Amino acid sequence: MATISLGAQRTTDLWTSTLVVARRAVLRFLRTPQLIVLGTIQGAMFLLIFRYVFGGAIGAGGLRYVDFLVPGFVTTGVLFTGMGAATAIAEDLEQGFVDRLRSLPIPRSSVLTGRALADTAMHTWSLAITVAIGFAVGFRLHGSVPDALAAFGLLVVFAFAFEWLFVTLGLIAGTAQAAQGMALLVFPLTFVSSAYVPVDTMPGWLQGFAAHQPLSYMVDAVRSLTQGPAAQTVLGHGAGFYVLRSLLWAAVIVAVFAPLAVARYRRG
Amino acid sequence: MTPTIEARGVTKRFGKTRALDGLDLVAEPGQVVAVLGPNGAGKTTFVRAVATLVRPDRGSLRVGGRDVMREPEAVRRMIGLAGQFAAVEPAMTGRENLEMVARLFGQDRRSARANATSVLEQLGLTDAADRLVRTYSGGMRRKLDLGASLVGEPRLLLLDEPTTGLDPRSRIELWDAIRSLVERGTDVLLTTQYLDEADHLATHIVIVDRGRAVASGTPAELKRRVGGSVVEVHVRHRADLARVASAVGGLDHGEAQVEEATRRMSVSVEAGTDRLMAAIRAVEAAGVEIDDVALRQPKLDEVFLALTGQQLDETAQPAPAKGAA
Repeated sequence: MATISLGAQRTTDLWTSTLVVARRAVLRFLRTPQLIVLGTIQGAMFLLIFRYVFGGAIGAGGLRYVDFLVPGFVTTGVLFTGMGAATAIAEDLEQGFVDRLRSLPIPRSSVLTGRALADTAMHTWSLAITVAIGFAVGFRLHGSVPDALAAFGLLVVFAFAFEWLFVTLGLIAGTAQAAQGMALLVFPLTFVSSAYVPVDTMPGWLQGFAAHQPLSYMVDAVRSLTQGPAAQTVLGHGAGFYVLRSLLWAAVIVAVFAPLAVARYRRG
Repeated sequence: MTPTIEARGVTKRFGKTRALDGLDLVAEPGQVVAVLGPNGAGKTTFVRAVATLVRPDRGSLRVGGRDVMREPEAVRRMIGLAGQFAAVEPAMTGRENLEMVARLFGQDRRSARANATSVLEQLGLTDAADRLVRTYSGGMRRKLDLGASLVGEPRLLLLDEPTTGLDPRSRIELWDAIRSLVERGTDVLLTTQYLDEADHLATHIVIVDRGRAVASGTPAELKRRVGGSVVEVHVRHRADLARVASAVGGLDHGEAQVEEATRRMSVSVEAGTDRLMAAIRAVEAAGVEIDDVALRQPKLDEVFLALTGQQLDETAQPAPAKGAA
């Protein structure tokens, strides 16, 4: 080699290695336009179907259905986008990329923190797109702008929390195909929630789950921050109630799945 | 001097399978060691253990005097790994891939860039450096993967079946690249299913089977035990096989192996070309019609037979493609 050096004498720091790993994940995303275009089209199609096909038949109390739907739609979008993380990490395992990283003198956790950082950035991007489509089909803010920004911030936090669930799934699955299968678990979680229809229209036995599962609190937090006083009348509680509970849920998800992912990853 | 690798009784089970079953191996500085064995012999598991990716259940394993289980970070600083699967990012350029790995080795941007450039040059990838790896051929990817294991300037390079699945031309190109590294003083541990590969690249060969080292030595030493090459006669009529076997089989110390189905007989010999001439004369004298007479390297199963007196396990025949355990 042209340069003569002693090589790295110590472990590369966590921050640098996280950034380098994240950069690669973002580049992979940006340079695979099919992923972005398909993801966006799929999201838009779902939204249009709920807004214009089912929407007329769903009553949302004191809110216009489009104002009720879009917060739910954007929040569940976090899960649908997150499924990609499970597939991506399983692919990296399968194709030997994780082996390469694990044989390098970097903190082992940076493989996961890099992935989480990159995915959170990609989530922010796709959230912005979904919100824009929401406005295009008639969604309007009925609260203050700072509240709306806070709602967006919350969504990024939720995305980060669920990231650990998907990373864990991806590591357990081992192959991209299995990961995709396991990620389908998000369907009951998203549909049996307050995202698309008011929970009190469901049968009683389902309401218990639908009302208390994390996603419903997250959806209602976003709803109450963007819809102002009207939301409180429909939902029964103020924004603070939902924001606090959704953040607690996010913390619980990270506290459970981040250590699980790290343990699973260390085992190799 | 501290051995580059010192493995004593390394054992690793996966469920009920013993991938490694008390493997001993010592690699000294300046050596290129080839671990030769059939699929499922434990070659890959051993490389993964040296690379700190797999923790042995029992035994001791040191790299440059450092224990892989107690000081994995120290070991990772000394090694570069190129696996069976080209672990490079297809959505990045060759240069970006190498810079990424160099950065992960703790190099600053500038030396990462310089190292990537020099490795690309060394491997003859300069022209393709700024193309996405997606557009590379299999051989180019494998070279880049090798490059990725080099940018950290490792003391020990670990190559797991570096040429499996490559076409003959890419294979020779990769051999050249590996040989030029060795000339620069990098120690190498490589695994292979191919005797000719081990012969071309290695100063030492360790033959493994079912998780153990069954024989080891320099290529010359092993050849002396196996016979350096094989004379193979392909006869026109099956009935002539026995006659040819007795005529040619007496040439050297080896025992003639007869394959009825393919109408071939082979015998291992020490001095190849002399014996080839003698074999042709013997066949001529016997007045047998032949399709072909050839001198070739012994195959892995012949090496096994000669060194261990055992036929290679049928279920563990070397396969042409990837996927060894």
